[in-house]
Amino acid sequence: MSNEAFITLQRVSKHFGSVKALDGINLTFNKGEVHCLAGKNGCGKSTLFKVISGVHEPEKGAEIILGGKSFSRLNPQQSIEHGIQVIYQDLSLFPNLTVAENIAVQDHMAWTKGLVKQARLNTIAKAAMDKVGVVLPLTKRVEQLSIAECQLVAICRAMASDAKLVIMDEPTASLTRTEVNSLINVVADLKSKGVTVVFVSHKLDEVMEISDRITVIRDGRTIGTYPAEEMNSDELAFLMTGQRFEFSPLGEYQQQGEVKLEITNLTKKGQFNDINLQVRVGEIVAITGLLGSGRTELCLALFGMTQPDSGEIKVNGKPVKFRSNREAIAHGIGYVSEDRMSTGLVMEQTIQDNTTAAVLPRLKKSNGFLDHTKAKKLVKKLISSLSIKVADPMLPVTSLSGGNAQRISIAKWIAAEPDVLILDSPTVGVDVANKESIYQIAKDHAAKGMAIIMVSDEIPEVFYNSHRVVVMKDGRFSHDFHPASSSEQEIMEAVNA
Amino acid sequence: MPDQIRSHWGALVKRHEFYLAVLIGLIVIGLGMSSEDFFTLGNIFDMSVSSAILGIMACGLFVVLIAGGIDISFPATAAIAQYVMATYVLSIGGNFVIAFLIAAVVGIVLGLINAVLVYRLKVPAIIITISTLNLFFGLLIYFSNGEWLYGFPDWFMEGIELFTFIGSDGYDYGLSLPIITLVAVILFTSFLMSKTRLGRQIYAMGGNADAASRIGINLFGIHLFVYGYMGALAGIASVVQTQITQSVAPNSLMGFELTVLAAVVLGGTSMTGGKGTLMGVVLGVALLAIMKNGLTLLSVPSYWHTVVTGLIIVFSISMTALNEKKQALQGA
Amino acid sequence: MDQVLNAMKLPTDRNIRYLLVILVGIFTIMAIASGDTFFSLANLQSMSSQMPLLGMLALAMAVCMLTGGINLSIIATTNACSLVMASILTISPDNGMVLLLALVAGLVTAIVIGLLNGALIAYVGVSPILATLGMMTLINGLNVLISGGSVISGFPESLLVLGNGSFFGVPMPLFLFIFFAIGLWGLLEHTSLGRTIYLMGSNEKATRFSGINTQKAVLYVYVISSILCWVAALIMMAKFNSAKAGYGESYLLIAILASVLGGINPDGGFGRIIGIGLALIVLQTLESGLNLLGVSSYLTMALWGGILILFIALQKRKA
Repeated sequence: MSNEAFITLQRVSKHFGSVKALDGINLTFNKGEVHCLAGKNGCGKSTLFKVISGVHEPEKGAEIILGGKSFSRLNPQQSIEHGIQVIYQDLSLFPNLTVAENIAVQDHMAWTKGLVKQARLNTIAKAAMDKVGVVLPLTKRVEQLSIAECQLVAICRAMASDAKLVIMDEPTASLTRTEVNSLINVVADLKSKGVTVVFVSHKLDEVMEISDRITVIRDGRTIGTYPAEEMNSDELAFLMTGQRFEFSPLGEYQQQGEVKLEITNLTKKGQFNDINLQVRVGEIVAITGLLGSGRTELCLALFGMTQPDSGEIKVNGKPVKFRSNREAIAHGIGYVSEDRMSTGLVMEQTIQDNTTAAVLPRLKKSNGFLDHTKAKKLVKKLISSLSIKVADPMLPVTSLSGGNAQRISIAKWIAAEPDVLILDSPTVGVDVANKESIYQIAKDHAAKGMAIIMVSDEIPEVFYNSHRVVVMKDGRFSHDFHPASSSEQEIMEAVNA
Repeated sequence: MPDQIRSHWGALVKRHEFYLAVLIGLIVIGLGMSSEDFFTLGNIFDMSVSSAILGIMACGLFVVLIAGGIDISFPATAAIAQYVMATYVLSIGGNFVIAFLIAAVVGIVLGLINAVLVYRLKVPAIIITISTLNLFFGLLIYFSNGEWLYGFPDWFMEGIELFTFIGSDGYDYGLSLPIITLVAVILFTSFLMSKTRLGRQIYAMGGNADAASRIGINLFGIHLFVYGYMGALAGIASVVQTQITQSVAPNSLMGFELTVLAAVVLGGTSMTGGKGTLMGVVLGVALLAIMKNGLTLLSVPSYWHTVVTGLIIVFSISMTALNEKKQALQGA
Repeated sequence: MDQVLNAMKLPTDRNIRYLLVILVGIFTIMAIASGDTFFSLANLQSMSSQMPLLGMLALAMAVCMLTGGINLSIIATTNACSLVMASILTISPDNGMVLLLALVAGLVTAIVIGLLNGALIAYVGVSPILATLGMMTLINGLNVLISGGSVISGFPESLLVLGNGSFFGVPMPLFLFIFFAIGLWGLLEHTSLGRTIYLMGSNEKATRFSGINTQKAVLYVYVISSILCWVAALIMMAKFNSAKAGYGESYLLIAILASVLGGINPDGGFGRIIGIGLALIVLQTLESGLNLLGVSSYLTMALWGGILILFIALQKRKA
């Protein structure tokens, strides 16, 4: 690693209307270093990458120093010409094209090279795959691949061109431990070749394992750049959120109520295997593990969106087979989606409509028409009991902040008064203060008797807010912890083992 | 070796074009058995000529659909191109090169208007092109007073004939203008979409426009090209149609847009962009042409023609949709 | 302006304001150019009896567009209903029972078509453009088959009154249109299906996750669309005293135009009936006005295309 700068950003800001996504970013990436950008969701990193890759133009006054020249903005062509490759979190792949064509897609921009030849695309793809150390089916269309395979295609694509700076946005999100290890090797290999790797992850242990320096970003501002060896995860968490929180674990489950949900030997090929679980009245059970371990797939099967191959689900002691999520809901199961923007909420429609979406049949008058008064009262009650900041329920959900929107997503299901509520990654994209209040909502309703399953990959989150933590790995439950008598460290080790 | 064959076969069977080809094969065999006129040279040539216009326009619409757009204004574009070209030829004369050139240029200009509106206004292309359909067509009829044009010079009437020969029935056959143009357009479009960078960029934009712009693809430029190409082909098709009918009637192509769309979609091209092959389009056009021909040969009353076409369209799009659903479940 | 609209409890969105401005513009021009004729009772009555047919078709299109779909088969469906009803009616034109039978048969035809469209879209998974395009071709073919391509005419007075009669001075067709427009508005605002339509139009997946049966909803939407076409068929039969395959083909594009002009977002999820009502008035007055001024109908056609483009451009500019 040298101290020679590859790219320097100074006074880079980006506004979207009144929102300041970036507010005076100053940082430098050196040649041949592994640099981590640490920041929680919504801190501005996506926008930052788009400025570096030339998609966004920064506000006036910004300066980007690259290749010895000074720019006020970059365009995609220039960025690529200087060897900058960004692997976005959405991977930016072409689902309708083959793996080979996706990896070699930059070749399509080389106008002077004549006609497109499949053989050349294949050669480029193979060379890139060799660099990364993976083998992928060249002729399969990307839409037929798994998420992990897609991630590898995206990385290969970055390697296919002569990259000097590779930015990876949450690259390990869907990889297994083995795949993460290979990625770490790839990164080390790139570093030895003088390539700068910029890495974004909020998995603090990975961050420190492989970076040379860490820059913390919060609310669009650079808080500081630190050598990795001088950093620890508590300090990092403090810098990322700006707050220190004292937490205490929930304690052991006291209520000893009846079993609301019982799962026996539940199996679905390729997703989860031999799952056994019991959740009782008022109990909060957390399921954690790496993404790709099968957690959301299990949730979807419990919620009736998919059907398991074998095994049994019992609700309130009665065996059930859900042919659709409507049947699951009728049996008292609610599911707060992990992705509120695409499956949890209808963002452009009103808060009112979103909140009542799961209980419309209950809001009818005897003549079949909707009882608007009843609906408005229900929404008002939920807004106040969940402490949601809403200016006007007839505004669209897009008018709410992330934390408040997430609470509407939860409110929708609270309205349905489920016996079992599944919360899938309930605080993604929510700032710390709001996180606390969402945990409180879960705890309050558990105290009132709701059985809750909380799925999350944030270990502190599950540690401090559940009675029991189950670790899921490669589709199976591998460990079972009681936070009251174990430590975060133990759980983290079990997850990463 | 057997494994390779098996995996290739497996991939083949999953493809829409395969089923289409099988369907056409069955129909062809059926028609061949039930009508002795079907497999005659004369009949095959007639079919090719009458499907030339459909085929040329289908190639243009194919390119637009792959890019993720749609265009239903092209019959109006063709009508205007036809009118301008015919007016020129009738008053000044010329040759086919000039005729095609004029028609193509007019088509391109109208296509570019579509491109700018679709890109800048960011409203679904179907709405924009419905508007331009109305706009172009209304203006054409207004300014032309709906007059027919005819009385073309001899060279126009004779067209172009290559490789003429006398068939067993004593008639002259050869590659006439419609067939030559059709084949040329198909070959060029195929070349464009699979062998040129521009073509691959069009596929990329249709598959994921965001990702395309991130790697530096000029989205606006591609819009200009695909709608311009559609316009150019509409113009070229209009010249062919004029040569066949030896007249220009402003509203002769009205309502054609949905037939062309049906042909392209029958061939498996996706309405959302990025997916489809020219082979599929050719098969789709072939299916419609053979069906029409078959129904005529079997003396099926014309009343039934549309019904059969409609049934085949509904059946085919259902098969495609079900197939896509199945593949989505398997891949996930 | 806002206060006036607020007082009338009309939505104050930009779209409505533009339409009102355009309307005032048209009235002004017509008052200057041809005031006596334009504002005469005869003309007003003529306009208000022409508009409802287009209005019903626009409603049939709009309800599908709200879910993010489209219904290209509305004209074909309308003609199918009218041909079925006409065929039965002409068997025994003066028989009341036969009239009833014909009406029911027409309604059943509409419902069947709606179910087929809805099933193709919701259960087979075909895109709405394709599904309704395929159905349109099929139905058009069947229409020609049933009628042999010829006109069926000679309807009883009891049916013709729908086209010519009036209800307290309001022409019957207009009355029917207002009745169904209010009905559709009531459905959208005051039933769970209505809320479902808006939610689905913006995000079908999230709506499904909330436990709403979106497939059934799509079925309902296309059936409702077809039923509105049935009413359109009644109006058409009464006005022309005949039924024929191929009537009203130019109305398809105008129905889409009226919907989009009226504020229906073609991507789904937004749009209100009142906007459509205003758009229809604008289009009808424009057509009548141009007609009175002696403008060729083809130029009018071009104008409509041009106006829609202009309208969209204006909307996007202010945004």
